[in-house]
Order: sequence, then C-alpha cells, then structure tokens
Amino acid sequence: MVSLNLFLALAAILFCIGLYGVLTRRHLVIILVSIELMLNAVNINLVAFSSIGPFANITGQVFTIFVITVAAAEAAVGLAILIALYRNRSSIDVIKQDLLRW
Amino acid sequence: MIQNAWLIPLLPLAAFVILLLGGRQLKQAAPVIAIASVAGAFVLSSVVLMERIGGDTFAATVRWLTIGPVDVTMGFEVTALNSLMLFVVTAVSLLVHIFSKRYMAEDGRIHVFYGYLTFFTFSMLGLVLAPNLLQLFIFWELVGLCSFLLVGFWYFKKEAADAAKKAFLVTRIGDVGLLVGLVLLFNATGSFEYGAAFAAVEAGEVSGTMVTVIALCIFLGAVGKSAQFPLHVWLPDAMEGPTPVSALIHAATMVAAGVYLVAVTYPLFLASGTALTVVAYTGAITAVFAASIALVNTDIKRVLAYSTVSQLGLMMLALGTAGYVAGLFHLMTHAFFKALLFLAAGSVILALHHRQDITRMGGLWHRMRTTAVTFLIGTLAIAGIFPLAGFWSKEAVLAAVWANGDVVLITLAALTTVLTAFYMFRLFFRVFAGTYRGDVEAPAENGKTVTVPLIVLAVFAVTAGFVHFPLNGYWLEGFMTAGLNYGDQAHGGLGLAAVSLLLAAAGAGLAWRLYGKGEESGMQEKVPAVHHLLENKYYIDEIYAAVIVRPLMTLSRLFVEVDRWIIDGAVNFTGAITFRTGRQAGKQHNGQLQTYGLVSVAGGIALIAAVFAVRGYFG
Repeated sequence: MVSLNLFLALAAILFCIGLYGVLTRRHLVIILVSIELMLNAVNINLVAFSSIGPFANITGQVFTIFVITVAAAEAAVGLAILIALYRNRSSIDVIKQDLLRW
Repeated sequence: MIQNAWLIPLLPLAAFVILLLGGRQLKQAAPVIAIASVAGAFVLSSVVLMERIGGDTFAATVRWLTIGPVDVTMGFEVTALNSLMLFVVTAVSLLVHIFSKRYMAEDGRIHVFYGYLTFFTFSMLGLVLAPNLLQLFIFWELVGLCSFLLVGFWYFKKEAADAAKKAFLVTRIGDVGLLVGLVLLFNATGSFEYGAAFAAVEAGEVSGTMVTVIALCIFLGAVGKSAQFPLHVWLPDAMEGPTPVSALIHAATMVAAGVYLVAVTYPLFLASGTALTVVAYTGAITAVFAASIALVNTDIKRVLAYSTVSQLGLMMLALGTAGYVAGLFHLMTHAFFKALLFLAAGSVILALHHRQDITRMGGLWHRMRTTAVTFLIGTLAIAGIFPLAGFWSKEAVLAAVWANGDVVLITLAALTTVLTAFYMFRLFFRVFAGTYRGDVEAPAENGKTVTVPLIVLAVFAVTAGFVHFPLNGYWLEGFMTAGLNYGDQAHGGLGLAAVSLLLAAAGAGLAWRLYGKGEESGMQEKVPAVHHLLENKYYIDEIYAAVIVRPLMTLSRLFVEVDRWIIDGAVNFTGAITFRTGRQAGKQHNGQLQTYGLVSVAGGIALIAAVFAVRGYFG
C-alpha cells in the first residue's frame, strides 16, 4: 500500500512546477501548459483521497472527470483568446501585454 | 373693527410684498402704494383706538404649537397701551411716508426704500399687537432687521455700512438678554402669555431673585433697543441712514419699543424693587449723559439723536419710579415732537443738499419759514415750555421722580430738563438765527409733501399733551390704568410745574445768551477740557474699541490662524496622505500579469503561514 503522503508530495511538486511556470515564463502557450500542470496536480490529490483517503469514496474521481472536461474547454477558450491576441498585437509575450495598467 | 385689528399690520405687509415683487416696474407708483397702505392702517388704528376708548380689551389667539403640555399661541390683543401705540406708530409712519416721497425722490432705489419702510411699519405694528412675549420677540427681531437695512440703505457709503453693522451688533447684546429673560420666564411660569406669566409671578410662584433676574434680562433687551447707557453707542451712528428713517425708527417708534417692552412686562418690574431701581438709575444716567454730549455736537442729526437717547432715558426713569403713565405719556408726546424735529431737520438737510454741519448753517429763519416755525414748535415742546405737549409729559415724569423721593434721581432729572432746553435752543439758534454761513445758493422750502407732514406733526406737538392734564382730570391715566394695579400715579402741582418751567427757561435763556446770534459761543476756548471730553462723547467708543473690540479682534485673528493651520491642516493632511498613498499604490498597478500572480501567491502563503502559526498546526 503506497502511502497517501507520497501522492500528496507528488501533487505538491507538480503544483509548484506549474506555478513556477505560470509566474516566470513569458510565452503564453507555456503559461497555459503550466496551468494544465497545476490542474493535474489537483486531480492527483482528488484521486488519491478518493481511493486511499480517510473517507474514501467515488466523489473525488467524478470530480476529476469534471476538472478534465472543464480544463479542455478552458484550454480551447484560452487558445482562442491567444490567437486573437496575436492577431491584434503581433506578439504573445506576456510582458508586453500591459494595456490594463494605471 | 376691534375684532379685526389684525388687519392693521397686514396692510403695510401687502404693500411690502407688492413693492418687493414689482417695485422696479412701479417706480413712481411705489411711494403711492406704500402711502396708501399706511394711510389705511392709520385709519383702522384710529377706529380701533376710538373703539377701545369706548369699549374693552379684545384678544384673540390661535394655537400655533403644542409642545408636551404647553400650547404656544399666536394672535393679537388690543389693550389700552397698544391701541395708543397703534395710533402713534401709524400716524408718525404715515407722515414719514409722505415726507419721504420728496426726500428720496432723486434716489434710484426709492421703491426699495419704501419696501423696507412698509416692512418696518408691519413689524412695528406686529410687535405692538403681540399678545405674548414669543411673538413680541419675533417682531422685535424684525424691527431690528429693518433698522439694519434702513440705516445701511446707502450701503455704498462706508460710514452707513459700518453704522448698520454697529446698530445690529450692539442691539444684539440686548436681544440676547431679552431671549434669556424670556426663556427664564417661560421656565419659571410655563407660559409666554402676558396674562398667565404675570399672574404666576404675582401669585408668588416665582422666587424673588428669579423675578429680579428675569426683569433685568428683559430690561437688557430694552437697553439695547432704546439705546440706553451703556449700549447707546449705536443710535448716534445710525444717523447715517436717510433722515425719514431716523425720524420714524430712531426717534419715534423702534427705539421706543424698549420703553414699550418695559411697560408691557411692568408687573415683573413691580415685583422686583431692585429691577425698578436699576431701570430708574439707568434712565437717569442716560438722560444726563446723552444730553451733555448733545451740548457740543455740531451735526444737526446727531444732536437730535443724543436728544432721543436722553429723552428715552427720561421715559425709563419715569417707569423706574413707578410712573407707568408718565413714561408712556412721554413716549407718545416724544414720538410726535421728535419725529417733527427730525423731519424738520430733514427739510433743512434737503435744502442744503445733504449738508448736516450746523457750523455751516444759520440764518435759515427767513429762507425756510415753515420749517423754522415747526422746528421752533418742536424745540419748545421738547424743552417743556407751557402749554406744549412736552410740558405736560415732562411734568408727569418729574412728578413721578419727585414722588419717588430719591434725591440723586431728582437732581439728574432736573439737570436733564435744563440741558434739554439748552441744547435744543442752541441747535435752533445755530441753524435758524443770525446770518447764513453755508455755501449752497439760496436754500428754500421743498414743497408741500415736505411741509404738510411738518405742520401736522407740529399740531400734534402742541396738542398731544392735552390728553393728560389737570383740566380733564388726567384722562390718559384713567384710560391706561383701568383694570391694572400699577400703583398710584403721581401728579405734579402748580409748584412743580413752575419749577420745571423755570428750569427749562433757564436752559433756553442760557442758550439765547450764548448762541442767540447764531454764532459760536467761544465756550470751547473757555473750558477746553470739558468741551473736549464732550466732543469725544466721553471716549466711550474709544473705550469699547480698546476694551472689547480690539481684544476680540486679536482673539479672532488667533482663531483664524488656529483654524487655518490646525483644523484645516488636519483636514488637508488627511487628504494629502490619502492622495499620496493612492498615487504610490497606483504605481503597483503596472499591468504585469505575472507580478500580480506573484503578489497573490506571496499573500496566500503569508495568510496560510499566519493561520498555521496562530493555530500551531506546524507543531
């Protein structure tokens, strides 16, 4: 029996890598990919608790399916925005996207 | 008609509203409307007076406010006292309105002038008709306002604007006293109604000290309004207003409101010997004090102003020595002959193109015969020469003082009689006798609208005394005191009449000896110190400036600085802090997605760390 803590540690590592990517990379596509990584870290958590958590039940797995579905939709919308942005600004460098400032 | 006496003040009010709304268009019709309304009021007042003489007191009130168990009412009341006042006020007001038509003819704002004048008449009549002290106080403030507006009518003259302010502020001191007195009286008796409040006082429901305090507070109001020492300083300055205003407001009616106030609240004063003594002494001191200043002043209107202050002092003196009828009788006769003197002075001023310095007059007897004769009648009346009005009323005042028996008061009253005759005849001689010293070519009479009011007032000044003299058994006394218990009214005998006549003749004779030729007497060289003191009005204005005005100004300037730097500083400081913080915080809003993310993450971590640290989950 693999300890729950190992899964949680894996999820935490994955989440931090994703967060690091979101906060440091300048390319918007990479940022989107990093967000997917963070979502997957959450999914691992949900599945882990669902199967070997103190109150194991199916809800966590169902919720994971939801997250994957929503993530797919979000990726589609995100990429669409990204393309629109590129068409307008000829760049998807996140540092240059600073129109909304004081 | 007596049931409809409330219509009397409403007529001038209607005229005021018309002039207020359409004065500019009416222009030439404005005086006519005003005169017509006041004439209507005069007719009604005469009818009311006749009915009151033949009938009884009438009062009608409606409930205005209910505060807890107390009803505050509004209404009107026609008593012997105020029916007489109604007649005097409307009569003088009517004549002044007529007189002003010519006096103010060249003024482009004549409709405004008549508007104020009618509004004043309304306020004064309202004051007189008031059946309770609260209503009286409201109208009391209104007449003060009108006085302010009319003194400052030529506001573009700095002296006039200053005088208006001074009049308003100095009388304000008295008004505060009056208000405090009213509140105390209400507190002690639970009513503003004359009858109910005085009944409570007479029934001994109010402690003796309290009655004295209330009476003195109310008297303070009277001191301010009637320009008694030490609040007399505003009245001479108020002469900067147009002369008809001086005649109406600052001689005949408004300044007499103080005397009227003491008269309507007389039971309070009778209940307090101290208050009565204070009234008597204030009046006596004012009478001599103002008369002495009038001896040397060289402005025709200011001499009359000081004379007014002095005569009001005599009225107060009479009231203070239990001479209820004497004080009011003198009020009535004084209203007529002082209005006459002011209007005659106005006639002279008009003829001389608004020059008021008597050293530049003289010799007008032949040039302005009607004015001169009426002025002489006024002079004789105020000096108390038999058988003019002033003789009878002054004799009544002296009788009251004599019956009171206080030697100091008797001396002061006698001295005032001499001084009054002296300064009035000095004024008369300087203006009308000798040779003309002015630079205006051929001064002459100003037409019927000026002379007719003078003649009418002169008739009053001669005859008004006959309502209260031995041959008709002192009729006024029976009328005024019917149903009232204000004690016995003193009557002077032949001896007193002879003495008072002698005193007046002495004053007049001395004036004739010194000024009979209309020229300077040379007194200022003979007694320079006295002359200087009088000419500078005992330095009262300077003393007030040094003791009150200047320290107050210094304090005010200090407060301005405190306000500017500390209060405003605190407010501005708060503003500046917010502004700077906002500006700095705004710079953090740089549009960088990742910076926001970093800050959020850092904040989230800090929050979690804090929660864990507090709850000890790390343990």
